[in-house]
Amino acid sequence: MSFKQKVALAILGIAVAASLGAGLLAQSPYSEQFRDAISAPPSAHFWLGTDELGRDRFSRLLYGTRVSLLLAPAAALLATLIAALIGGAAGYLGGRWERFVTAGVDLFLSLPWLFLLLAVRALLPLNTSPVTSVIITFLLLGCLGWAAPARMIRAGTRMLVNSDFLVQASASGVSRWRLFWRHLLPNLRPILLAQFWISIPLFILSEANLGLLGLGVSEPLPSWGAMLRDLENYSAVLQNPWILAPAILLVAVVGCLQLLLRTEDSVAC
Amino acid sequence: MLSALLLRQAMRIMLTVLLGGLLGATLVRMGPGFGVDERELDSRLSADSQQAIRAERAKENNIALFYARYLGGFIHGDFGFSRSLNRPVAELLRQRLPLTLASLGYGVFGGASMGLALALLTVWWRAPGMDVASALLSGLCLAAPAAIIALVLLWMGAASRWAIALVVFPHVYRYAKNQLVATAQSPHVVAAEAKGLSSWRVLWAHVFTPAAPQLAALAGISVSLAFGASIPIEVICDTPGVGQLAWRAAMDRDLPLLVTITVLVALMTMVVNSLADLGLAAWKNGAAPPASAGSAPA
Repeated sequence: MSFKQKVALAILGIAVAASLGAGLLAQSPYSEQFRDAISAPPSAHFWLGTDELGRDRFSRLLYGTRVSLLLAPAAALLATLIAALIGGAAGYLGGRWERFVTAGVDLFLSLPWLFLLLAVRALLPLNTSPVTSVIITFLLLGCLGWAAPARMIRAGTRMLVNSDFLVQASASGVSRWRLFWRHLLPNLRPILLAQFWISIPLFILSEANLGLLGLGVSEPLPSWGAMLRDLENYSAVLQNPWILAPAILLVAVVGCLQLLLRTEDSVAC
Repeated sequence: MLSALLLRQAMRIMLTVLLGGLLGATLVRMGPGFGVDERELDSRLSADSQQAIRAERAKENNIALFYARYLGGFIHGDFGFSRSLNRPVAELLRQRLPLTLASLGYGVFGGASMGLALALLTVWWRAPGMDVASALLSGLCLAAPAAIIALVLLWMGAASRWAIALVVFPHVYRYAKNQLVATAQSPHVVAAEAKGLSSWRVLWAHVFTPAAPQLAALAGISVSLAFGASIPIEVICDTPGVGQLAWRAAMDRDLPLLVTITVLVALMTMVVNSLADLGLAAWKNGAAPPASAGSAPA
């Protein structure tokens, strides 16, 4: 691991630790409204000031980081599992099933990602409780983000199925089930891990875009996407540059993940 | 080989139209307000007229007939009616598509040119500080959501098409850089340099030309990326394009409009991808030596 990657890991570690310790670090709950301190500048009590409803921006940033940083990996895990199931089965079984899955994946990938997200999100109820909106947003990301990983996993599985050690194991009379669990799956682990890591920044960015468009996590629950909506008011950003904190944190975290991914990419190859 | 590829791509596009048409028809049928005709409340209409209206609508209850009619309309350019904007979808698309396509054209061309130029400056001419600057710029563009890029450009007073270019640029830059590094280190390039060929000639004939098909294949991916980015960019920059239309349709839950836009965008992406694939195949066919050329005479 290079020096840059160590720094990236440290920044990510601090962000995750701060979001997990939000209850300890934040001086007030994320939804509490201080009516006597509306749009207040940073102070000893409100480290990043307050928003137009008088809510502590620092507290919202910490809790928003928790939502985005914990649920994006969960969605990535779901997407990787679906991809492993579909892509793995296609590569393992081959024949018609493989052709069918490949055609399906190609079709799925021809849809631009945000258009697909928007279309499916609009099918689901828009006026939901904040918790439901979080579940819908990240389930959607997990359920729709399987296609690209499935293509990689299918190719990896196909390569393994045709490898000498698996052909030999098969010829020795090892059952298909055992072949899959004991020989195929452990060797697929690096590809699965790489696909999992690759999906995380993609899902964080997608949530941010959806949130900015008003189709992400509902208020008063904070998320990076929802907090970025404050940036639409240019004059407010000029007067209160600390509003930029969620955008800076988002870019820093995704940038760190991209830096770390270079190692994962090399593992996947 | 080329005709087989053409057939496969045509089948893929046809399948998308069929699936998209079915999806759109299902959503129209299941959508709120289907089967309701406000003319029934018009007291000026006689009982016979109202009966005729009901009979006309009853035909649409036959699912197979409805699907066939919807699909027929879709193929002939009748994309249905937008409930939220109270206008035909085809008319809305006619107004907004040219603007989005122009932005996409500028954006993809600008992003690809920027990516290629920076990759060449970094790999080939090894301009001092260029590697760090390019890596920083591409990393920043890759880590920022399209909406943030659009906001920053809006603050700077730049055109929204530059936001699309900045979304496309890091992907082209990274791919082009990897391709150029791999080609520049290959033995035939080292040999050409050792023979004293000019830097430009080595670059054009031995580095860029062999890598061109792979770089051209990026066109399809770039178009898909640019279409996706056009939604937040057009919404943030208040550009009346297809991306903004899709967002409004999603917010108003105008599902027929949204599905029609999505299917059309998918079709356009597929056509560009198919053209890139066909171009690549034609290039390979043209570049491949005849079967007997390389072999020794029997």
